[in-house]
Order: sequence, then C-alpha cells, then structure tokens
Amino acid sequence: MSPILGIIASSNFQRVTSSYASIATANGTGSSGVITFSSIPSTYTHLQIRSIGRSTSTGTTISITANGDTGSNYARHYLYGDGATAGAGANATQTSMQIAFTTGSGNLADSYGANVIDILDYANTNKYKTLRVLSGVDVNGSGGFVQLSSGLWQSSTAITSITLTNSTNYTTATQFALYGIKGA
Amino acid sequence: MAAGSTYTPIATQTLGSAAASVTFSSISGAYTDLVLVTNMAIATVNGSIYIRFNGDSGNNYSYTNLYGDGSTVGSVRGTNANKTYISWYVSRNTALEAVSITNIMNYSNATTYKSFLSRGNRASASNSPGTEAIVGMWRNTAAITSFVITADSGNISTGSTFTLYGIAAA
Repeated sequence: MSPILGIIASSNFQRVTSSYASIATANGTGSSGVITFSSIPSTYTHLQIRSIGRSTSTGTTISITANGDTGSNYARHYLYGDGATAGAGANATQTSMQIAFTTGSGNLADSYGANVIDILDYANTNKYKTLRVLSGVDVNGSGGFVQLSSGLWQSSTAITSITLTNSTNYTTATQFALYGIKGA
Repeated sequence: MAAGSTYTPIATQTLGSAAASVTFSSISGAYTDLVLVTNMAIATVNGSIYIRFNGDSGNNYSYTNLYGDGSTVGSVRGTNANKTYISWYVSRNTALEAVSITNIMNYSNATTYKSFLSRGNRASASNSPGTEAIVGMWRNTAAITSFVITADSGNISTGSTFTLYGIAAA
C-alpha cells in the first residue's frame, strides 16, 4: 500500500484478529431461490451475513426466516431512498422479514444488490431476536434504492438456522457469507 | 461449519498534512469484501468525498443516496458519473467530525459489476450535521486492485484517518 498524495503516519499490515470469523459461504446455483445456513454454532454473540445477489427472473426481495419458522412471527421497519424521494414503512405479523434485496433480470446486466445483515444476540434464549440491515441496489438509473431496515423474530429460541428465499432463482454469481462475532 | 478468523487490517493511512487525495493500491485479491473506515474533514469547505476504482475516471459510476440533516430527509441519484460518493457529509474544520464505513462487496471477483454500501455521519453540533446511507456501483467486472479517495473541493484535512480491512469468506 502506498499513498500517492498525503503522508502516512502509521501503517498496519496483515494483523489478524480472531473475534470475527467466517462460518460458511453459500453461492447461488441458478436453479434455486433458497439459501439456508443450518447447524449454526452458538459460540458467537452476533452473526453477520454479507451478500451480493441477483435473481434469474424478476424477483428481487429476499425473505428471511429463522429456524424454519414460517408462522406470522416476524415484523419489519424500513427507511429507504430511491434517488428522488425518501420513505418509510412497517409491517407486523409477517411470515418472514423482507428486508434484503437482489437485482433481477429486468435490471442492468451484471448489476448486483448488496446487503449487510446483522443478527444480534442470536443465541440468547431470553429475548426476541432483532436484525439490522443495510441494503442497496444501484442499477445506474431508475429502480435503484438504498434502505435501512430492522427485523424482528418474536421467538426467544436461539437461532440455529437462517433461510434466505427469493421468489425466483439466484444466479450462480450470487453469494451469501455468514460470519460470527464474539463478545468478550 | 468450519470457522476461520478474518476481518484483517490491510493498511491505515493518517494524513500528516492536508492532501488532495488518498490512494490504496496493490490491494490483494485474497479477501471477499473490503471495509474502509474513515474519520476525516475537508480543510476549507463543507463537502463530499468520492471514490474511483482502478484509476478509472470514465463515466462508469452511479450512486443512490439517502440522507437526513436534522430537519429534512431526502434521496438523490447520480448516473453515468465519472466518480461515486462514499460520504456527502464531510465538514470543513479540523475537528474531524465526519465518519464513514464503506463496504466494498465482492471486490475481487471478475464476474459482477462492483457494488458498495456506505454509511456516513457528520456529528457536528453546529456545522450542518447529517447522516446518510449510500449504495454505489462501478460498472466494471474487473477485480478492484486500487482506489483513490478525493474531496470534491479542497484538501482532506491533516489528521484524517483511513483504515482498510479485508474480510475473507469461508
């Protein structure tokens, strides 16, 4: 690393920390719109899922469920900007948390939606589970948006699996990576 | 599930004097995502900080921004631009009140256009504070090996810090 302009007063190279660990990665297949991380260990405090995604058809919403629960036990709040206006909304009594996004076949080729999903205190058995998501789809024009979301799963069960479902299939370049973050 | 430690500091730059831009080059392709953490100011004016990848100054960038300044919330978009922004709210003084975290997603694949997600804040009590979220895209499938961060107007202030991390998926 070298700066073209400016003076480096300090530099750090390749110092590995151990509190943030890669748990598993799943790639799209082109023939399925379902990605599941299962057998998630409870040895971390928080989870983070980082993804880029595109669907093979028009579906662009990722529905998130935990532990296979498809009951009406989810809620969401969101704040978004679509390049012209900002808006907000909320939904309770949902069967999933629709708070992450991909691009689709109607969008600019090779463009991918991006998501950073934080799942807080996922292994705690004393409280409902909350998610915080930063999502964005930029397609060099109309149809793009950036969104801040929260999600709620009304269960005090430890999360051991997470399913991310698109109504159509994920492309093969779609990738979801699951990480664990340890507490002190 | 095998777990591997990651979120590795790659490099930190602290400006010892005001500079027009900051460059990270020769970025290894060994990671999946990059995370850039900044704490900065602009020397003379309130302004914005933009990024260009791999030396490309063509009209190959776009962005969508969501912002709130304490009284107004809004959204703006740029298309076919020759740069894309990681932070709009960068203050003009030496208090280094602006912070941002930029996630550059799947930067080293050679298949997709490159997207990033950024969150920025100017936490000033008196100098036009604001908060924002940005999604940006570079319309190129090449792996990102370098990027340059530049102020729209004026120099980036002395003491501004830029730390780049790499995150490797399993």
